[in-house]
Amino acid sequence: MEHGSLSDPSQSTFSLIDEDHTYANAIRFTLNQDPRTKFCGYSIPHPSDNRVNIRVQTTGAAAKEVFKDASQDLMVVCQHVRSTFDKAVVDFRMSKSVNGMDIDSNN
Amino acid sequence: MSSDNEDTTSSSESEGADSVKENATLEFIENLSDVPMGRLPSNIEFQRTRVDCKADAPIHTDTFQYSGAYSSMRVENSFLDNFCDNFRVEVIRLTEDEMEFDMIGIDPALANAFRRILISEVPTMAIEKVLIANNTSVIQDEVLAHRLGLIPIKADPRLFEYAENNTASEKNTIVFKLHVCCERSGQRLSVKSKELIWLPNGSEFPLESQDSKTGSSSKPKTYTSFTCSQDSLPEFSSNPIAPALGDILIARLGPGQEIELEAHAVKGIGKTHSKWSPVTPVWYKMLPEIVLLEDIEDQQAEKLVAICPVKVFDIEDIGKAGKKRATVARPRACTLCRECIREGKGWENAISLQRKKDHFIFTIESSGVFPPEVLVTEAVKILEEKCDRVISDLS
Ligand code: SF4
Repeated sequence: MEHGSLSDPSQSTFSLIDEDHTYANAIRFTLNQDPRTKFCGYSIPHPSDNRVNIRVQTTGAAAKEVFKDASQDLMVVCQHVRSTFDKAVVDFRMSKSVNGMDIDSNN
Repeated sequence: MSSDNEDTTSSSESEGADSVKENATLEFIENLSDVPMGRLPSNIEFQRTRVDCKADAPIHTDTFQYSGAYSSMRVENSFLDNFCDNFRVEVIRLTEDEMEFDMIGIDPALANAFRRILISEVPTMAIEKVLIANNTSVIQDEVLAHRLGLIPIKADPRLFEYAENNTASEKNTIVFKLHVCCERSGQRLSVKSKELIWLPNGSEFPLESQDSKTGSSSKPKTYTSFTCSQDSLPEFSSNPIAPALGDILIARLGPGQEIELEAHAVKGIGKTHSKWSPVTPVWYKMLPEIVLLEDIEDQQAEKLVAICPVKVFDIEDIGKAGKKRATVARPRACTLCRECIREGKGWENAISLQRKKDHFIFTIESSGVFPPEVLVTEAVKILEEKCDRVISDLS
């Protein structure tokens, strides 16, 4: 849910339900990486509320778009992490089995 | 004090000296090597990339996330631009239920998100409802149910749906039966998790209210309503569902005691209850770097080697007979106990304990439900789904 002003789209608070530090902190990071962001931060209004408020103020672009782009960035990062990780595991298994074969052939 | 005469001469002299000094300062400033543009000075680069652990507290612990943090030095503090080139994963150790790997070139905000998701948001199956028909053991029903809940179930949660007030069906529930009794004349008996028997056809306990009326109907109503046997589903027929470990102690029975119950496992996440957490622990630490700023020799070196509980330091012989010097041999093992810099400033000045801010050593111990490498992949996928949800919510 977005809370912003109609006259000035460059600043809004996004209130996400069922999210916590996990997402908010990660998205704050990618938001900070966007040069269009002037300010961003998040708070959890109450620890027993499943809600987090993320404040975004930009240098001019619509806060919603910047926020969406940051989510997109985060997703791309995740995809890259996943593919790199999978490849590393495969490589590790390969090198393991090659080493294993070496030991066998030495025997 | 000096006379007037002298004073004037000296003042005129000092004026001359002043202008000379000014020139010298100007010249000094002009001759200064340029502040390197496009590159951070080493001290700032150090603050950006390292945590420096002093005897009392670590310093430079925060990360500089803002992309324009160094714009005055024409340095783009951007991580995303070259993330794909810089990011690396190195697997150190991988067994069936344990894994250690290095994640290099990532911000703590993301590494921590993965860790938090691994602990509390990767779904698994765990026993949620226990129907106790008989329990004459010394363990109370509720304690027994709790113990059962904590047993990891080896079943792929991706094949199941969340139950969420729906009726229990073959798509959201796994039913186990436990029926053990200890003979009156026998020895005391340990009930282990391997005695939980999977019931692919669902509950065998008839619903009481239905009992009297449905005498003639073909199938008595039970606590679950499976439309088909889970056994017949291709995913499970080849690998039957069972507790991940067979020798988890559930209860001890004395002679004549008996437990008869049915346990219903459903899908859930660790946030709701830690029994659904797929990892026993998962943690990371930043890569330790230890730099000896001064040579530490002979007796001091031996003292240093002895003082470190995880044997980070070694001794090497240098040139002259009998001369020894301490070296850093196994920095990765450092636990940051700070024992080596505790005894006085001298040590603190000689040894610099650092942590690399973008290098994480992850260790994952799986509870046995998933292999650890699958867990990581699942966790990253969950973060992707979160992004996706936010984007579509806002569109
Ligand atoms: S901090 Fe502790 S573990 Fe690390 S090098 Fe010093 S004594 Fe060894």
